[in-house]
Amino acid sequence: MKQEGKKRIWKEFQKEIPDDHFFFVRSCIRQSFFPGSEQFLIKLLREELGKDIYEDPRHTTCTGIGYHSDVVPFETIQTVVARHFALATERGYKDILISCVTSFGIYEEIVETWKHFPETLEKTREYLYKATKREFEVPRTILHTSDAVYKFKDEIASRMKYPLIDHRTGEPLKAVEHIGCHYSKMFPKYGVGGAEFPHTLVGMIESWGGEVIDYPERRHCCGFGFRQYLIQADRGYSMSNSKKKFESMEPYKPEFVLANCPGCTMFMDKWQYTIKEQEGKTYGVNGQGIPVLTYEELAGLVMGYDPWDLGVQYHMVQSEPLMDKMGIPYDKDKKYIAKDGSKLEAPKNLINA
Amino acid sequence: MPEKQDEHIVIVGAGTAGCTAAGQLAREGYRISLIEKESKPGGKVNNWYQLFPDRRKSEEVLKYLLGEIDNPLINISLNTDIDSIIKEKKKFLVTTTHGELLPADAILLATGFDLFNPERKEEYGYGIYDDVITSVELEDKFHSGAILTSKGVPPKRVGIVHCVGSRDEKVGNFHCSKVCCVTAVKQAIEIREMLPGTEVFCFYMDMRMFGPYYEELYREAQEKWGVNFIRGKVSEASENIEGRLLIKVEDTLAGRPLKMQVDLLVLMIGIENSLSGKRIAEDLDLKIGINGFFSVLDNHYGNNLSNMEGVFFAGTCTAAMNITDTISHARAAVVEIDSYLKSQKKEVEV
Repeated sequence: MKQEGKKRIWKEFQKEIPDDHFFFVRSCIRQSFFPGSEQFLIKLLREELGKDIYEDPRHTTCTGIGYHSDVVPFETIQTVVARHFALATERGYKDILISCVTSFGIYEEIVETWKHFPETLEKTREYLYKATKREFEVPRTILHTSDAVYKFKDEIASRMKYPLIDHRTGEPLKAVEHIGCHYSKMFPKYGVGGAEFPHTLVGMIESWGGEVIDYPERRHCCGFGFRQYLIQADRGYSMSNSKKKFESMEPYKPEFVLANCPGCTMFMDKWQYTIKEQEGKTYGVNGQGIPVLTYEELAGLVMGYDPWDLGVQYHMVQSEPLMDKMGIPYDKDKKYIAKDGSKLEAPKNLINA
Repeated sequence: MPEKQDEHIVIVGAGTAGCTAAGQLAREGYRISLIEKESKPGGKVNNWYQLFPDRRKSEEVLKYLLGEIDNPLINISLNTDIDSIIKEKKKFLVTTTHGELLPADAILLATGFDLFNPERKEEYGYGIYDDVITSVELEDKFHSGAILTSKGVPPKRVGIVHCVGSRDEKVGNFHCSKVCCVTAVKQAIEIREMLPGTEVFCFYMDMRMFGPYYEELYREAQEKWGVNFIRGKVSEASENIEGRLLIKVEDTLAGRPLKMQVDLLVLMIGIENSLSGKRIAEDLDLKIGINGFFSVLDNHYGNNLSNMEGVFFAGTCTAAMNITDTISHARAAVVEIDSYLKSQKKEVEV
């Protein structure tokens, strides 16, 4: 495999990522299932890197899941997104930073629709004004939060305490990177590195000392695909997609999976639990599962933040084997202690626990 | 009354079309400057080992082309490109990249085609996976007498992907490159001849066997050589832990997805108007068709004529065509140029 070929493709898909002043919009899934990631993102940008990141409490869901399941019409979602743009416009922000890959895809789709069919933009302006008396500017850049972490990956590396290296052997840790389909498969130009060989997560892993595995089912969907899980009876289809990926990556013995989509992170984590329950099968080394991390969790870990503050314990597959290899210290007794000091109930049937 | 030798024609491109037209125009008595950006004449025919449909050696056609331009009235400039072409009244002034100034009474553009860069079809991993090669690179292997993978061993299974960069909206090419289907059939047979134990699978959208004896070759590939033809596009290629290629295809006749390991994946790269041709088009304000090639004045009875009087086309700069059709098109261009120059003479005389 020739890395130069990938580098040529990466050069084709370079994205303009601003250095500062981000209008941040949250993800429904992320703030529910692993809220530590978004909290750390804000901390990373605001406190570690000194950037201006603004969050408006009036921001709502983008209604993307409703849109992708045919509950929310396109005109409606355009108006909802236009309202988000209006909030950014009112606060003087030009660059929108989106935490969710589903939302990111929706924002791209809407902005591209407006470019190609300007009448839809005018209609949306009209709908929004009638409903809320708000007006908006189309943002200058549509950014995913992984784009921002990618932008500052080398600054994170300069603050790194625990690189992605097995501290006992000195070998780089092997990682699987998984990009959400809606990050760049719909519009490759919006993703760093394009759709087939995206560089966003690869760049982070390599910058932080790890080695990326290119396995046959790398490009395959995690199985999240809305219709595949919204109806319970179809969820086997969703899981079979994840299973296909795990079987394909297993021979390479990855230490962890890094994903940039809330759905991928959730499903690739939780389906490992389901597959283990159903078939007794795990895909990591020594009968372990493969931890599935967000890029903020990984950034926090390499920078030496307390893993429990990052929230890595709220996945089904636990990260202790990975942290042991990186040499990260942690206190098992504090794993489920809340901020007020009270003890939370520990989840049951975790993998690697 | 000026003699034909006083009239000077600049032909851009010394490939099949350029050489054919140059030879015939010189035989008619015209003085020709033949400009070629490569180091030798013959164009893309130089790339090929054998030609379809009769599997003749490409050297034979090359020999014919070189024979055509062996004429004292033809002055060939190799490693030379066009810097600019300026038209003043009825005359042209051509400046080459070597600074030569060539006054011309007519221009024939035989700029040919560029091969599609398969890196643009990122999903096939060309330039990344070691054993993903192009149809042209396979010809190099035929020339060398050995078909080996990057591991230095003969492949046990070869996949051939049709329509790479052709009939593909994603890369902006709607046109059919015409010659790739029959090239794939020819190459599949050649592989089977050289490596009888190797399985060959062709993945196609339609088999466009438009020329004489093409359909017969296609039949022979199946009946005599056991080449497998699967109707469906390869969606992606990847490499497994052993370094073998894994491809995903939809078999649209069986109606099911297919996953297959191959040792060599050959991409049938399509053709596009050449960059140098496009540059000249911009320079002279020549029209470009929706397929990206030069737009001819009339698709039926003016397909050597451009929108600029005195500028003519020959060959694949106007559309995909095989060698036979390219030669016919170039010969037709000769008739058009001759008739144009004669009409110019008449105007002068009047």
